[in-house]
Amino acid sequence: MKTQNQKAWYFVLPVLLLVAFNALIPMMTVVNYSVQETFGNNVFFWEGLRWFEELLNSDRFHAALGRQFLFTGLILLIEVPLGIIIALSMPRKGPWVPVCLILMALPMLIPWNVVGAMWNIFTLPDIGLLGYLMNTTLGIDYDMTQSPFAAWATIITMDVWHWTSLVVLLSYAGLVSIPDAYYQAAKIDGASPFKVFRYIQLPKMKQVLTIAILLRFMDSFNIYTEVFVLTGGGPGNSTTLLSIDLVKIALGQFDLGPAAAMSLIYFAITLLVSWLFYTLMTKDDAK
Amino acid sequence: MKKRALIPILYIAFLMLPIYWLVAMSFKTTNEILSGFSLFPQSFTLENYATIFTDPTWYWGYINSILYVSLNTVISLAVALPAAYAFSRYRFLGDKTLFFWLLTNRMAPAAVFALPFFQLYSAVGLFDTHIAVALAHCLFNIPLAVWILEGFMSGVPKELDETAYVDGYSFPHFFVTIFVPTIKAGVGVAAFFCFMFSWVELLLAKTLTSVNAKPIAAEMTKTASSAGYELGLLAAAGTLTIIPGAIVIYFVRNYIAKGFALGRV
Amino acid sequence: MAKITLSKLRHSYMPNPTSPDDYALKEIDLDWSDGGAYALLGPSGCGKSTLLNIISGLLEPSEGQILFDGKDVTALPPDQRNIAQVFQFPVIYDTMTVFDNLAFPLRNRGVDEARVQRRVSEIATMLEVTDLLGTKAAGLSPDNKQKISMGRGLVRDDVNVVMFDEPLTVIDPHLKWKLRSKLKELHQKVRATMIYVTHDQTEALTFADQVVVMQDGEIVQIGTPVELFERPAHTFVGHFIGSPGMNVLAAEMRDGGAFLNGHHIALEGAVTAQDGTPQIGVRPEFVRIGDTGLPATVRKVSDIGRHSVIEAMVGDTSVKAITEGAVPEQGADVHLQFQQDQTRLYRDGWLATEGAAS
Repeated sequence: MKTQNQKAWYFVLPVLLLVAFNALIPMMTVVNYSVQETFGNNVFFWEGLRWFEELLNSDRFHAALGRQFLFTGLILLIEVPLGIIIALSMPRKGPWVPVCLILMALPMLIPWNVVGAMWNIFTLPDIGLLGYLMNTTLGIDYDMTQSPFAAWATIITMDVWHWTSLVVLLSYAGLVSIPDAYYQAAKIDGASPFKVFRYIQLPKMKQVLTIAILLRFMDSFNIYTEVFVLTGGGPGNSTTLLSIDLVKIALGQFDLGPAAAMSLIYFAITLLVSWLFYTLMTKDDAK
Repeated sequence: MKKRALIPILYIAFLMLPIYWLVAMSFKTTNEILSGFSLFPQSFTLENYATIFTDPTWYWGYINSILYVSLNTVISLAVALPAAYAFSRYRFLGDKTLFFWLLTNRMAPAAVFALPFFQLYSAVGLFDTHIAVALAHCLFNIPLAVWILEGFMSGVPKELDETAYVDGYSFPHFFVTIFVPTIKAGVGVAAFFCFMFSWVELLLAKTLTSVNAKPIAAEMTKTASSAGYELGLLAAAGTLTIIPGAIVIYFVRNYIAKGFALGRV
Repeated sequence: MAKITLSKLRHSYMPNPTSPDDYALKEIDLDWSDGGAYALLGPSGCGKSTLLNIISGLLEPSEGQILFDGKDVTALPPDQRNIAQVFQFPVIYDTMTVFDNLAFPLRNRGVDEARVQRRVSEIATMLEVTDLLGTKAAGLSPDNKQKISMGRGLVRDDVNVVMFDEPLTVIDPHLKWKLRSKLKELHQKVRATMIYVTHDQTEALTFADQVVVMQDGEIVQIGTPVELFERPAHTFVGHFIGSPGMNVLAAEMRDGGAFLNGHHIALEGAVTAQDGTPQIGVRPEFVRIGDTGLPATVRKVSDIGRHSVIEAMVGDTSVKAITEGAVPEQGADVHLQFQQDQTRLYRDGWLATEGAAS
């Protein structure tokens, strides 16, 4: 049982101050911008909720949001099952475990723009390994600067390459915490491999999977650098995800008001969906 | 060998391919790269690396990155340790709300904060310093560190604290000499994740720096603009950015999986 | 249900065992008769769990065979051996209800639903968990969880053997007693062969009709609790069973008799083995304090309730005795008398005297 102690606030204070400095002040700036119009020189005009209304009715925003959801949905659909399958087929102990873990975690430790650049080099149609294989060896016309489909396939593959390991590591952590007796009991009870997965492994992985899905949702929904470096949002606007569009408006066109309004809506959507995920996945435990 | 071992092997092969390509290209000359496809470097060269290690703007980028990442890891852990202790041991007014609010900061798109951050840090005169980037990265690293550490601390029985107080330890003495060593695995895991997320983040790091604290990863963008399209150089710089991560991950290899398993939702 | 025969069974965890010490189980030949209640007793690491896992099929022995009713099952996996096992820590399927947990082994074998219903409610009644059937298994208390684990082992009426691997380890002391008597009762009801593995002599002696005592991968004695107590076949059994355990005293052999500290000790019968280190074994219950006999000095007296344990020194050798009457003071000089028909000679640990009655 935890003790009631208001002095605990002193322990939390440094964290609170630092995060508040980083979160609240910029957030207030964003809120401030979102209701004003500027033409530079620090001259601002009150606009009220105009930017929000315009944005929510704008096709451009809808399209970017749609692409963002498509991207996040696709990578969750691929990475979560794939990560679970890989974790299930990994050895439970032995000298290969640390080797696997190190190699698998490696992509997550590469700076995001290097990831983009690396995949750019990898997929160049004439001199990239993948591009060369596709075009010359397999004879498939593959050029992501030309074909939106190729561009999408590439950013999805890149994200799978980059982040599936997170799901693997988390699922694996859940799996190794299952005592041997469970597997033995299941054998004796005559359970099929599917039932072992359904009634032993999946329930034990549930908590870590919740974390994995939440983290993958938040990070993929906010993805910017890798995709921007790889495709620049193109060809056309085909891979212009929400964050890329946001930076285009804010820094490219310097439309601070609409960009700020968009940031807030963006943030609100992220919060809302995360909350929904969280509530859905933990609702059984609450009973 | 069992058939199912094939799955991790294939997956790791898939992970290594683009990395191999990057490393292979870093040992090729610009001529070889542009003249056509070659699976292995034909005329092996260290020229790209030589360029990086002799040009101060290149190697300073490397040093800058390591400086602000280390700084961020130290700050994040220093403030997250007492906070995580408070969350794991005490109930206080608004504790749950505060914990949740901290976590929401991980959800804020960095793109949202880029411009306000630039203005904020310019206003307080920290623009283009290492401390600016280190502080900015606290936004997403502190919540994560608190979260991981809280999980580890909750696994330590409260009796440890009580025994220490009975034995006459003061709180700071107890915390530093007994409690923190007890959860050193957790501190390692938290440090690893702080390092990792600070190392890989670029948008904020690039926005908050121009010359003096510019990170290596941002330095790379110039290969595409000023000096033409030098793929070999780009590949060499990219290869170098993988090394620190690989070293850090080697040290915490036995704790990574566990660190997440103990974190609570 | 079936008779289980272990034939020339050996097991090593090493790939190429050479010396006998490389074996976790050394040559075991044993019959478990149908419907018996057995306990497998021994200290941690004596190989009892290895033996259990070999019988259940979780482990394949390096050498030898396991026969169920004469049929060789050595190569069969656990699910085809028709056995049930209850583990040290309760294994329950968290996401299922108690009912589904109990029904799991039946449904996996395609038993029709009407029969599943009947068996589960029978078992639930026996275990007194009928009112829990509808609840999720995740929230149960540890003893109820272990009951459900046991229930899953007992729910199939066609099992060859039900095995318990130290099932009461995580249970609170006052519930241990309840579950133990429950098990005994269940055995009488279902009449299945049961093997109960434990390192706790009380658990073994109260549960089993026959106790198999193991040490260092070897079976040292098989017998009823009374036999184990009264005529230990090995010093280990004498020492391990009983509280305090049997006195095992270094002896000297000369002129065809056994001598302790220069005094001749009368044994139960003729000595049957002439080689090996001689030791005299006598339980504290059969050592009396008298006016004549072995001279000794009292070193320690502990009152353990109904009787007292007296530790006396015969030269450098400590001998324990249990008395119910008046106790001598510490430091007092006394005489010890060993009851002859309960005093035996052991050679290299093994019993080496003929029984008085036989």
